[in-house]
Amino acid sequence: MTADIAAILAVDGIATGAIYVLIALGFVLIFAVTRVIFVPFGDIAAFTALTVAALELKQVPGTVGLVAALAVLATLVEVVSLLRARSPGRIPKALVFYLVLPLAAAGAVWLTAGHALPMALRIVLSLVLILPVAPLLDRIVYRPIADASVLLLLTVSMALHFALVGLGLLFFGPEGVRTETLTDATFEFGSVFVPGQTVMIVGAALLFSALLYLFFEFTLTGKALHATAINRTGARLMGIRPERAGTIAYLLGSLLAGVSGILIAPVNTIFYDSGFLIGLKAFVGAIIGGLVSFPVTALGSVLVGLLESFASFQSSAYKEVIVFSILIPVLLWRSYTTVHSEEDTEE
Amino acid sequence: MALLAIEDFSVSYGKAEAVRSVSVEVEKGRIATVIGPNGAGKTSLLNAAIGLLPASGRVIYDGEDISRLDVEQRVEMGFCLVPERRELFGEMSVEDNLRLGAYSHRRAHAQNKRSLDEIYDRFPRLMERRRQAAGTLSGGERQMLALGRALMARPKLLMLDEPSLGLAPLITREILATLPSLCENGVSILLVEQNARAALETADFGYVMETGDIVRSGPADALIHDPMLITTYLGGHG
Repeated sequence: MTADIAAILAVDGIATGAIYVLIALGFVLIFAVTRVIFVPFGDIAAFTALTVAALELKQVPGTVGLVAALAVLATLVEVVSLLRARSPGRIPKALVFYLVLPLAAAGAVWLTAGHALPMALRIVLSLVLILPVAPLLDRIVYRPIADASVLLLLTVSMALHFALVGLGLLFFGPEGVRTETLTDATFEFGSVFVPGQTVMIVGAALLFSALLYLFFEFTLTGKALHATAINRTGARLMGIRPERAGTIAYLLGSLLAGVSGILIAPVNTIFYDSGFLIGLKAFVGAIIGGLVSFPVTALGSVLVGLLESFASFQSSAYKEVIVFSILIPVLLWRSYTTVHSEEDTEE
Repeated sequence: MALLAIEDFSVSYGKAEAVRSVSVEVEKGRIATVIGPNGAGKTSLLNAAIGLLPASGRVIYDGEDISRLDVEQRVEMGFCLVPERRELFGEMSVEDNLRLGAYSHRRAHAQNKRSLDEIYDRFPRLMERRRQAAGTLSGGERQMLALGRALMARPKLLMLDEPSLGLAPLITREILATLPSLCENGVSILLVEQNARAALETADFGYVMETGDIVRSGPADALIHDPMLITTYLGGHG
């Protein structure tokens, strides 16, 4: 391997890693606040890509039907539980949140789908449409079992992932898509040419990591999310609703996954089931960060990207094997070095 | 009329009844205390009153039945608990803990700033350590922080669960001494304590709880001279 090839592989690896960073940060965010390992996260990224692709072709994306169906289901679940709790006064607010807002997003996309829209608007519409999916799934699937063990929540996540892949096939069909490139510019650093798309991917990862940092460091809502992650009972006694904190975490996580889906779609062909592998590799990055540390997670995800890039050059057939086998030393290292805190055993 | 009336309250864990049809009242601007040995059901009583545990019976707060409301709604009404385990946000700074205390009325920025200054005036130690992580504080400082964080919510009724737990007698006195001044500012208090003497010296009215039942109640200065309490809880020299 020459230095030139190494440089190209490194650039490629960093770009792939940056995609994983976005998804892995979402994993950590959601796990910290809700204790759910949200396996379908990669699916959210893939569905966003498929939505953008459908809008490019002036078709109504399958996401419209998916969001509408989930919204109706979530609303039913919420209304029934509010009636059971004998607090019908909270139904109007629930209707706005679970029915009106998601249907407004779906309606907006449905009405505009046939027209030629500028690329920026297509991207914004796709993101707005994908955002409700995870919070609605949270309401339908996770909230009724919020006090269950982490293992049970993970099992449910796996099941939910397979359900979503099935729904993906139903709503999007089996064809793979590749979207228009976001930019045709190339940059030259020394002897290495870097496509503009790569620069955008890395830039987006940096931007959203920075925004996430600012959110947690400087806003009371961010601190409330962090507080919920540290001590649920303490947070409730301050009037912080864990369900609300969870919804915000799902929304933020979906935004990250959606952005990564949009960035990856022009580089890789995305199918209805492409999300799993992307999500799983990002998950390796999140595990390196112990599902708690945002900075270590980001570094770990870049490492996974680099490893994948170099592995595919050395031995393309084994690249997944090589990437996933670093999990073993990482897990050994983590289990020897992590001090198990009181909170882990408590719930 | 009492600000808080807990009526015919029962709490059970499976088949074991921790609290058996207990009734407790707190008058506006006063301190009521529930004393009793370990395992009498005092903590269960408070946790159920705030809504963390399911219970049968009624909680009347400010003339309104709040038994069906969830914890967060009770907190928003100015009904707050400083729990036995403190439940601080250990990795976060002292100041962040205090700021989160005001989460239930987070839009009142100017007023929250004033509350923060008042709490730093009351507990200068917290001011000194405001950038430190809450988890690194000493026992007394943690209790001050837990109390300060609850005061940030500007409670009308504050329930304190064993504020003396694990603290040196001198620090316990320091913390209990702040309670009457809170009452002057319009806070009513329900204090749960094992340290019966310190609690009765601070409170206006007292309840004695044993294995889930209230076995005695009366004005605090009468209870403190009650011969039965002197032998069991007050260490003989009354």
